[in-house]
Amino acid sequence: MNEKKMRKNRWQTVIFLLIIIVLTYLSAAITSFNFVDGLATIPKAIGWMFSNLMVTQETLDKLPTILEKLAETTFMSIAATTIAAVVSLFLGVFGSKVTKVNNFLSVFARFIASVSRNIPVVAWALVLLISFGQNSVTGFLALFVGTVGFLTRAFIESIDEASQSSVEALTATGSTYFQIVGKAVIPQCLPQMISWVLFMVETNIRNATLVGILTGTGIGYTFDMYYKMLNYNVVALVTLCIVITVIVVDLMSNYVRKVIL
Amino acid sequence: MSLLKVEGLEKSYTADKQILKNIHFEINAGELVSVIGPSGAGKSTLLRCINRMVEFNEGKIMFNNHDVGNLNKKELRNLRANIGMVFQHYNLVPRLTVIENVLHGRFGYKTTLQGLLGRYTEAEKERAFYLLEKLGIHEHAYKRCDQLSGGQQQRVGICRALIQEPKLILCDEPIASLDPNSSKVIMDLLKSISTEMGITCLVNLHQVDVAQHYSDRIIGLNKGEIVFTGTSHELYEEQINKIYGSKTEDLITA
Repeated sequence: MNEKKMRKNRWQTVIFLLIIIVLTYLSAAITSFNFVDGLATIPKAIGWMFSNLMVTQETLDKLPTILEKLAETTFMSIAATTIAAVVSLFLGVFGSKVTKVNNFLSVFARFIASVSRNIPVVAWALVLLISFGQNSVTGFLALFVGTVGFLTRAFIESIDEASQSSVEALTATGSTYFQIVGKAVIPQCLPQMISWVLFMVETNIRNATLVGILTGTGIGYTFDMYYKMLNYNVVALVTLCIVITVIVVDLMSNYVRKVIL
Repeated sequence: MSLLKVEGLEKSYTADKQILKNIHFEINAGELVSVIGPSGAGKSTLLRCINRMVEFNEGKIMFNNHDVGNLNKKELRNLRANIGMVFQHYNLVPRLTVIENVLHGRFGYKTTLQGLLGRYTEAEKERAFYLLEKLGIHEHAYKRCDQLSGGQQQRVGICRALIQEPKLILCDEPIASLDPNSSKVIMDLLKSISTEMGITCLVNLHQVDVAQHYSDRIIGLNKGEIVFTGTSHELYEEQINKIYGSKTEDLITA
């Protein structure tokens, strides 16, 4: 790289930054969003949150029902994730360049992953709502489909990255396909795969709330119901419960990660 | 009698570039033969054609009186079980223990289920420990492979090849990622494998002096063609120039 090229590169960075600033300004102008006004409302919003979103004594009566719904939602997310993980394991093995059985299956696995991943979970929930109606199966399926897409993609990448060389070595010893997958690929990728599954459990517990609002099940429905009844105190309690659950799951999965990696 | 016979081998990955052109050679049982040549000359491809890790286009390879190019799936598995392979980057499963990696070498003789369940016979396990001891890494048997140094990992790789009880071991640049000390250990090992155990070794090398010192015969490869075959005493400056396409004083030959 010569001096001229380096200078050009520096100019490119400056121009790129300028373009971003102009774009930001333009989009703010078009949508008539005023940044200063936006900032000014923040204290007011916080004030409202403190005056309305308070957990009061009488809302605690609702706690058992909330916890029941929360448990239902949490376990549904875990079930959706683990079952999706099993399916993704097969799709991942078939889809990876290193361990593919044939090109058709590889493209097929990647296609499924891409379709289910690129349609948002919310969209899946609404589409499935039409065919399966308002029950927890719909929520389960919505999470399941989204998770299969994401995990397949993640597994394919883990396998591609981690096992090329050992697959070559075991092929050269005359191992069969399943021996290679079972004894070289899976042991090598397992910690990373578990890590992705834990990440998806966390994400799905969060997503389940949103999916619940749409499909009318679980903790999401409870949230939605009290929100529409303008009973903000209970809404606050529900939110608090969700936050605590997510933090607990987060801490647990971090611990598991530390142990296995 | 020759163990391996290669006739008119041709290989190209793309239509416009031929990697191997009309390769002829023979290797006798118990020989240690080196293949030298510049990067991209086709050394790795040549090695991988022999156990069909790479499918060749033309020619014929006879290994132990079997036509390598004309095998069904089961026969190919059997062929690979009879040919050990050692790699530049060791190609072990890093998260598994040394002993597990060594026993992977037995998969070629097992059914899928036996392999998946890890059912090894006592004799196989004893053999694995015997080999580890012979190569001086038995105290690491239960360590994970990623905790070992490069030289130790390569010895695990050689153990994995040896437990196959192969007739031929293919070594693809076995010392290219090792320091001089480990390199010597590994090359001495390969030499003793061929002389003491009578296992034929075909070794890809980058170092001309190493090839001259250790091998019974040397094959020089340049741009997919064999430009030299002979003993190391017959390898003079002129031939080295021909193999590498440059003057000897421009090469590091130590």
